[in-house]
Amino acid sequence: MNCDNCGERQAEIQLTTIEDGEMSTLHLCSVCASEKGVSASAPAKAPLVDFLAQLGKGSETESGRLPMDPCPYCGTTAADFRRTGRLGCAECWVHFDERLRGLVRRLQGSVQHVGKLYVHAGSEIGDRIGELAALRRRLQRAVDTEDFEAAAEFRDRIREIEASS
Amino acid sequence: MEARGSLDGRGMAWLSGGGEESEIVLSTRVRLARNLQGFPFPIRAGVEDSARVLERARAAIEAADSLAGADIWTVDSMEARDRDLLLERHLVSRELLERASEGLSHAALVLSTDDAIGVMVNEEDHLRLQAFGAGFALEDTWRRVDRLDEELGALLPFAFHHELGYLTSCPTNVGTGLRASVLIHLPGLVLTKEINKVLEGISQVGLTYRGFHGEGSEVVGNLFQISNQTTLGKTEEDLVDHLARVTGKVIEYERSARTVLLREAPTVLEDKVWRAFGILRTSRSLSTGEMLNLLSGLRLGVSLKLLPMPRVETLNEILVLGQTAHRSREVGSTLDESDADVARAAYVRERLAEDETPRDHE
Ligand SMILES: [Zn+2]
Ligand SMILES: [Zn+2]
Repeated sequence: MNCDNCGERQAEIQLTTIEDGEMSTLHLCSVCASEKGVSASAPAKAPLVDFLAQLGKGSETESGRLPMDPCPYCGTTAADFRRTGRLGCAECWVHFDERLRGLVRRLQGSVQHVGKLYVHAGSEIGDRIGELAALRRRLQRAVDTEDFEAAAEFRDRIREIEASS
Repeated sequence: MEARGSLDGRGMAWLSGGGEESEIVLSTRVRLARNLQGFPFPIRAGVEDSARVLERARAAIEAADSLAGADIWTVDSMEARDRDLLLERHLVSRELLERASEGLSHAALVLSTDDAIGVMVNEEDHLRLQAFGAGFALEDTWRRVDRLDEELGALLPFAFHHELGYLTSCPTNVGTGLRASVLIHLPGLVLTKEINKVLEGISQVGLTYRGFHGEGSEVVGNLFQISNQTTLGKTEEDLVDHLARVTGKVIEYERSARTVLLREAPTVLEDKVWRAFGILRTSRSLSTGEMLNLLSGLRLGVSLKLLPMPRVETLNEILVLGQTAHRSREVGSTLDESDADVARAAYVRERLAEDETPRDHE
């Protein structure tokens, strides 16, 4: 295959770019690639973060759907996610669901897990975990607002549940 | 389960030099990313959360049969030099070491007594279950990590979504959380300039490659880590099987490239591998990159029987122990770059001399 840019030399590097929300792949020779600041031997360091940065620019100006509320459990914001490429907790997956699906589809080519099915033995444990999560969330908020009386109460209840597990 | 002090030689069974196709494939690994319900992911977790995750994980690991007698090392409490050893052995990421150096990560490394399976706790995800194999051993390596997953999944509540599968901190891991990879040596394809075609082919079929030093690293020493790119929408078996089939093809291409080289340019090839040997055997200063590139020549020479020594095992050992943190540890102080190059050259000379037999001298 010849280089998409000069059309002369052999293409050696695949460069994925996002323009106007469209992902496209360029095949470049090493000369044209280095002109574009792409190194032949080193794959991009954090392609996902670049990807997200590009994505964010588009959605912020076009759809105006940002900013969105931070994740109620861990406080991660859409901006945090764009910067790090990492979600803060399992709840983020629910909270940013709509926004994430499109991204996941583009990254993974699918939004449906077909691998191992996971069922944790005893939904009771699941409930307890959920309750613990909620309690920890409240504890954190109480600490943040310096409501130490409430914090102590939440802490005691967390200990109780943990001791019974 | 205890931190049994020394890390000497641990986590390196994957470099034993054995296994299928070991002339071309150095090692195989499969990892599964898992998170515990009810705790923020490590990037967002407070110190207390992380401590609790480690506590939970430790209890489950102690109860898991496949990790009976396993050793655990808490990364925060390690000396910086020892932490770098883990990096050079490809057991942890640089990202983790940055957090651990602040002493707040509550990250831990767990290895089974035979180093065949392990767990990283509080890496990018709460748990990274890993299995290692020498040579080309995807099927077996996958089965071992799967068994570990079954055991730990029964003991710990994993974060799982009915549509998206196992939830991970990074969307590139969601679903199966599976990353299978082979560390493969492709000097034939590089020398015949076929490599870019092969790498392009790899990325067109849903796989990706990295250099020896992992994500974002340059390709040195003709070593490539080939792995699955996506983790969602296919079963674990399909992902592993696909990688195995494509790797099988790459091995075939590499073989025929070597055959072509031997047929078309035997003298050039022989000269190249002996020169590599000569430099490694006599140099007084050796950078890591130069060492890796010359070792590639030796590895090719040995596998084509152009060189009578060293053993593949020795080459693998040098690959890891020749790196800077390992040299620093050996001399007991942190070496700067130029001192490390000198120490590295001395170590390689000595190590190669040990493998020589008198009749090999020319
Ligand atoms: Zn060009
Ligand atoms: Zn969250």
